[in-house]
Amino acid sequence: MGVDKTKIAEQFIKAIPHSEALGMTVTRIEEGFATIEMPYDDRFVGDPKTGVIHGGAVSALMDTCCGAAALSHPANGGSTATIDLRIDYMRPATPGQRIRAEAECFHVTRTVAFVRARAMDDDADRPVATATGTFTTGKT
Amino acid sequence: MAREKPEPVQVIKQRRDAALHALVDGVPYIRFLGIEFDRRGDELTAIMPFKDDLIGNPALPAIHGGATAAFLEVSSIIGLSWAMLWDEIESGRLDPDRLVAGDLPSLPKTISFTVDYLRSGLPRDAYSRARVKRSGRRYASVHVEAWQDNRARPFAQATGHFLMPRGDG
Repeated sequence: MGVDKTKIAEQFIKAIPHSEALGMTVTRIEEGFATIEMPYDDRFVGDPKTGVIHGGAVSALMDTCCGAAALSHPANGGSTATIDLRIDYMRPATPGQRIRAEAECFHVTRTVAFVRARAMDDDADRPVATATGTFTTGKT
Repeated sequence: MAREKPEPVQVIKQRRDAALHALVDGVPYIRFLGIEFDRRGDELTAIMPFKDDLIGNPALPAIHGGATAAFLEVSSIIGLSWAMLWDEIESGRLDPDRLVAGDLPSLPKTISFTVDYLRSGLPRDAYSRARVKRSGRRYASVHVEAWQDNRARPFAQATGHFLMPRGDG
């Protein structure tokens, strides 16, 4: 990433209080693609018996990452909002490991961005979750 | 045959509320989001009091779609677990004191969760109620709706499919 893009990536999360509260960091945001990481944190646990992160925290990561991909697409008008988001939970994320999400706009119309994402822990070959969402393009 | 005298209402209420608290307080992420539950009989309403770190779009401002999704998922899982536990507790098969002592049941696991965002979430408290549409031995399906000031104007809804915990686990 160039200086500009690194700066954009840093500013992106700072501008979103909820994503910052979840400790997210953007590692890529450009041209309809985004990758965002979320650290393991005891406060995000959903199942105290196993220490597995709550699905809701994974949803927040997926929503942020898909939104970042939609926002960074050249056809975006400067803002976005989620229309719908479906998450499939493939397997529990391994406790103690950070989760990394990758999102991609696979089609963008004047009004709607269609986005797909996957989330992985250290074992990148077996996704923890996948997501499909539609987002507004911020154009009036 | 003399009918058994019903238990005093306070005893029943205390038992049910203690069981619900044990279930909810055991989950760190529910505490992180600040979600609470209001119980009337077997009906639960989840409440997510507004706080600044729920914001996703400071320009509007609006609640983060991820916070809304998490709120709906928490509401669904607790709603489903509560429906499951209610029968166990009321029939006496499950001793709520065991729950309170930390012997919590295994929770349902989310298979898939689909959220529809109907309006932007305002910087106000949010409420939600989950309805178990189908609950089987292995799978369950839940629908949940969230609203803010006006019950008739939901700002989000979701459908989730869940894997039920095995009876032996």
